[in-house]
Amino acid sequence: MTIPTAVEAEDIESVRVVKRPGLLVIYLLLGTAFGIVLTRSEVVSWFRIQEMFRFQSFRMYGIIGSAIATATVSVALIKRFHLKSFSGEIIAIPRKELGSGIRYAAGGTIFGLGWALTGACPGPLFVIIGNGVSVMFAAVLSALAGTWVYGWLRPRLPH
Amino acid sequence: MPALLVVGNKSFGISSNLRHLCSAIAPGSVAFFRYDWKRTGLWNLVFLAGVLIGGFIAFHSSTAHDMAISAQTRESLAKLVIHDFSGVAPAEIFTWHALLTLRGFVPIVVGGFLVGFGTAYAGGCTSGHAISGLANLELPSLIAVLGFFAGGLAATYLILPHLLGGV
Repeated sequence: MTIPTAVEAEDIESVRVVKRPGLLVIYLLLGTAFGIVLTRSEVVSWFRIQEMFRFQSFRMYGIIGSAIATATVSVALIKRFHLKSFSGEIIAIPRKELGSGIRYAAGGTIFGLGWALTGACPGPLFVIIGNGVSVMFAAVLSALAGTWVYGWLRPRLPH
Repeated sequence: MPALLVVGNKSFGISSNLRHLCSAIAPGSVAFFRYDWKRTGLWNLVFLAGVLIGGFIAFHSSTAHDMAISAQTRESLAKLVIHDFSGVAPAEIFTWHALLTLRGFVPIVVGGFLVGFGTAYAGGCTSGHAISGLANLELPSLIAVLGFFAGGLAATYLILPHLLGGV
């Protein structure tokens, strides 16, 4: 995630200042590893996304399912053993507020439309540029425009 | 994702970077973008830069090969006039040249816009809701993921056939 659920911008709380530049290098390396995994597992492929939405291959479900399973076990262990981060804080995962649920249903559906059209969610948009499809830069600009328009309309949208 | 939590107590999600970039580039007078993006989002933007670099490295360190896309999908897409299955995206749609045609404009520009708008509205994308959110057993994320699928199926079966023709 992502954008916090509560309505004010100040709510991007709970995120700490990066105090040590060394940590940034770790984030860069983790991101690089993530980009390599996304490419090698082929989940950045427009064709794979079509396979998934047409239910013609189990592959994507297997990959996403195992990612969820791994993450679920990890989160459960982190909570069970009250693990601490490198900087010594107890790891806390902020919960999303349900509210009316409209934002999740409507926003989710709108994103789903875009996901099937571009064949990419936000991470893969960037991975695909790295894979040499430079026109995806236009999709990134458009995604920024979409996010900006959401921010502008936000006070008038049901959440 | 667990690694990010352990390293810095960070919630994993890619789409918030779109918000951070808006905030950094053109916050305007929109409250949603008036915050200290360097403090809250720099780590994630650095992560994102890594994602792009990772894509580049993976692409250049492997020999080009056709992915083993299922025969059924090849058949379905052939009806949409897509025949080139090399690379990560169909060359019939994702080129600068095609961008100026409806076939390219809708998937790239309209699709990109919907991705940006939808993830901001829903407060997360595949990584934030489907993976991090479901892993944390959150109902909002389940609703969002069902929405992802509703939208994805609608685009696949209702929009793409009309857009790409050859119904």
